[in-house]
Amino acid sequence: MTDLSTPTLATPLFPAANADRAAPATGHIRVEQLRVVFGRGANATLAVDDASIEVKPGEFVSIIGPSGCGKSTLLNVVAGFVAPTAGSSTVDGKPTDKPGADRGMVFQQYSLFPWLTVRKNVEFGLRQQGLPLSRREQMARTLLGLAGLLAFENHYPDQLSGGMRQRVGIVRALATSPQVLLMDEPFGALDAQTRQVMQQILTNMWQRFKLSVLFITHDIDESIYLSDRVYVMTARPGRIKAEIPIDLPRPRTPEIAFTPEFLALKQQLRALISAESLLAMGGELKDGGLEGFELSVGEKGVGDLL
Amino acid sequence: MMNLTGTIGGGGRQGWIAAVVGLAGTTVIWIFASYALFVVTWNIAAGVLDNPVLLPSAGLTLDAAAQLISSGILLSDVLASLKRVVLGFAMAASIAIPLAMLMAFFSTLRRLTMPIVQLLRPIPPIAWIPLAVLWFGIGDPPSYFITAIAAFFPIFLNAFEGGISVEKRHIHAAQFLGAGRRAMIMKIIVPSSMPYIWTGVIVGLGQSWMAVVTAELIAAQSGLGYMIQNSRINLETANVLVGMITIGLLGSLMVAGLRYLERYVLPWKATQ
Repeated sequence: MTDLSTPTLATPLFPAANADRAAPATGHIRVEQLRVVFGRGANATLAVDDASIEVKPGEFVSIIGPSGCGKSTLLNVVAGFVAPTAGSSTVDGKPTDKPGADRGMVFQQYSLFPWLTVRKNVEFGLRQQGLPLSRREQMARTLLGLAGLLAFENHYPDQLSGGMRQRVGIVRALATSPQVLLMDEPFGALDAQTRQVMQQILTNMWQRFKLSVLFITHDIDESIYLSDRVYVMTARPGRIKAEIPIDLPRPRTPEIAFTPEFLALKQQLRALISAESLLAMGGELKDGGLEGFELSVGEKGVGDLL
Repeated sequence: MMNLTGTIGGGGRQGWIAAVVGLAGTTVIWIFASYALFVVTWNIAAGVLDNPVLLPSAGLTLDAAAQLISSGILLSDVLASLKRVVLGFAMAASIAIPLAMLMAFFSTLRRLTMPIVQLLRPIPPIAWIPLAVLWFGIGDPPSYFITAIAAFFPIFLNAFEGGISVEKRHIHAAQFLGAGRRAMIMKIIVPSSMPYIWTGVIVGLGQSWMAVVTAELIAAQSGLGYMIQNSRINLETANVLVGMITIGLLGSLMVAGLRYLERYVLPWKATQ
């Protein structure tokens, strides 16, 4: 169980104090043989089948797959919105049976509270933890400063651009010092330029706070750029088709997208996903070329199989 | 600001007026023009009828108003009505808003009580007057009851609508930030419903103001409704008109006041 008392909360405020990149002890996500069925009887839909994933403490892991493949369902199980039909989902050994402040969540759609100013949004979680006003204000302002949003602390969310809102969303999720950050296509609604800046900001935040991040996306470049590992999911029912380690050096800059290593990974992932996207669009293709899809892919990646 | 309005408004038909008196001045001028049209039509009608009992002229009505004001009768009636509206309205709001919030949050309570609300809602406030008189007699208490009934349903129904249209993503976000039940109601459902609640409050106050006159026609011995009723019996039609116009003016002033307060109640709406 994560300790949410003040000592833990001090960590994000003074990231430089423990700058050595020792892996944090907590924030271990484990999903084992997860199976999720929606509906009953004739209407039952198998959304996720026998999916096992792991995010080790301090790791950045993405799940990528065609739309409707159940990647968001998987995340929602870890979030505690959806109960597993079979299998298990735990964070640090504790079942994720309901949402809670031990995990931070950044949603696909902006979920800032429009009736609160930017700073009050960030303070919301701290207030639930019973922190005094002066301390809340100080922490919120420090975090907003890190995200370059201090000038907007008294603005209302509706006065901000999409990228700024999502930045506030990330800051708000980080304010309560969760060990785990869950992100469901958080940059899906942003334009390409903003998206790239947001990815850099996220990487910075992640490295500072040493969080475990589970990131859902359908953008191949984004998953490579951000992650330590990428899971590829099959078309519905969602299974884990491949697990690709991203051994690119950090810190990464946007220019990394032009290196041969990056392009090779991109090629690999694209091959895996385009097969699935075809499947997701037309079930009749099922007879051809599916052999081998159940193979687990080792560290060398799918290149060996193709 | 005045000059600016004058310059950019130059293309419109009101351009030359705005150029001289500004936008606010233009609004005032149009209000006066509207009232002048009303008074002229009124005086023509009064001239045609030529019977001050059926329809006294504007001048006669003004005389009556001056007399009612100088004698202090108008003020005491206004205060009596105002007190009934404000108290009844406040009672209605203090019950309707919390009840609506709880019903929006707790589905069992909602299922249990919503049919009762739907049954009582179509009953007009005037139909409650006999019961009000039986229960509370004549005077202030039955009037409070009637103004409260009139304000209750618009406030309740709007607040409830706001409570059930709270967005799921806000609830989910709050859960992840550690909000318990109490915080979920007080910090998410209530502020999220506030625009709806405020609409209900404005409509409710209007309804309450209309109902007080109804209540006073029957169940009171003071107030603007009573004054109207009493003047009708004495065939003092000018006094009836003074009462009616006072009701109209006060009602629209109260609503305008609430609209002005909106920027403080819903600050995040004001900035858009």
